Amino acid sequence: MSWEPLILTFKLALVTTLALLTVSIPLSYWLAYSKARIKPIVQTLVSMPLVLPPTVLGFYFLIAFSPNTIFGGWLNEALGIQLVFSFPGLVVASLLYSLPFMVHPIQSGFSGVSNSLREASYLMGKSKLQTLFKVLLPNIKPSLLTGIVLSFAHTVGEFGVVLMIGGNIPGKTKVASIAIYDEVEALNYASANFYSLTLFVITFGILLTVYLINGGHLKKFWK
Amino acid sequence: MINIQIQKQLDGPEGPMLLDLNLQVPMGQLITLYGPSGAGKTTTLKILSGLMQAETGKIMVADSTWLDTSEKICLKPQDREIGYVFQDYALFPNMSVRQNLKFAQPKDKDSGIVQELIQIMELENIQDRKPDTLSGGQQQRVALARALVQQPKILLLDEPLSALDLKIRLKLQDYLLQVHRKYGLTTFLISHDIGEIHRLSDWVVVLEEGSVVRQGSPSEIFINQNLSGKFKFKGEVLHIEKNEVVYIVTVLVHNEVVKIIAQESEVKNLGIGDAVIVASKAFNPIIYKVS
Repeated sequence: MSWEPLILTFKLALVTTLALLTVSIPLSYWLAYSKARIKPIVQTLVSMPLVLPPTVLGFYFLIAFSPNTIFGGWLNEALGIQLVFSFPGLVVASLLYSLPFMVHPIQSGFSGVSNSLREASYLMGKSKLQTLFKVLLPNIKPSLLTGIVLSFAHTVGEFGVVLMIGGNIPGKTKVASIAIYDEVEALNYASANFYSLTLFVITFGILLTVYLINGGHLKKFWK
Repeated sequence: MINIQIQKQLDGPEGPMLLDLNLQVPMGQLITLYGPSGAGKTTTLKILSGLMQAETGKIMVADSTWLDTSEKICLKPQDREIGYVFQDYALFPNMSVRQNLKFAQPKDKDSGIVQELIQIMELENIQDRKPDTLSGGQQQRVALARALVQQPKILLLDEPLSALDLKIRLKLQDYLLQVHRKYGLTTFLISHDIGEIHRLSDWVVVLEEGSVVRQGSPSEIFINQNLSGKFKFKGEVLHIEKNEVVYIVTVLVHNEVVKIIAQESEVKNLGIGDAVIVASKAFNPIIYKVS
């Protein structure tokens, strides 16, 4: 029993969530406002992790990132990055796996903002970027928060992808969900319970906070 | 002069229609676009502001070209110096009233204008409040003030007063006229309210199914065409009843129900639901002020 898998889990979730936020804002913006013909295809790809078994994703990552393939070999030789059985590999896989959980709330947030707000801002001489940061993002804070928390919680809870691409290396890729599986297999129910209960309590706390904030229940404390 | 020649294919209420306009209006006037919904009024304002694209056409404002599809010129909305008051006001919910006004202020222009407009539009007491805590009339004043902070050349108003009650509407019409004159604006207004159009506009353009069907001064458009000194209203027959030797016809005129005495020969061809004209001549109506 050690804190290591738990710390690794939350480190992975934090890094993944931050990276996802950066990627998802432009992607959701494009999905919400673009009229491009390839939009349905991109939309489908973004949503695929919702329906595919995580093992499918993990399997293809394993193949693609393996140093024996062209792409994996190039990554290894040219950039010195090894994505299989390593923490960066986990981050990349989690990014794609949790993508819909970040993109969908932000995209529907953007779509929910009245068009006239954007138009008014353009007519005031503001660029699209200024409009994004000054008008759109501040008005979709609940969607941003939902996206952040869902993808954080989802990354904490992932198992299949992590097992396929990361394996079970203590301190490097052994996250809590895998540690639980490991302990149960070894019949160490006490340790399994420790990891499980910790995850349960923390994720419950996070989700509760979101619903309290988005539901406006906490407003009276800071107003 | 503002010279607008635009064509755009639209999905009107009754299938596709072509918006085809050719308008010349002098600068500094208040022009009203009038017509049934779906006639292309809002689209015209959107094209003028650059928020929508015309398929072909040309827009010249004074000496500058805003749109010329044959030359592939299309000025971005950001560069057109247009103040736009949207039907839903489009106030930024994340900013206070003052911040909304500040946001609209161009960097290179006089910063005193925010304060000035807060005074003219009487917003001092609500300047730190968020838009969603304001009443409709207050939001409208903020929206108008915000559009003017930019010191635009052209002010576009898309039915800004339609959702307000009469008293506030009259007050806002005063504000509107005051700022229109003070800042020397060219203003385009969409309105359905004939009283409002009379009070405000110099010129009325009547749009129907994407084309200009009439234009002229408000009195030319709304009064002269049936100026004959007699009362004449359109209505709908609700009920016909025989009473001794005459008939009593109940007619709905606008929202009022009136009873009219008619002869048998007059009601012969009338049925319930028929559209009729109720007219009277040779007597002097009395006029009362309603307050």
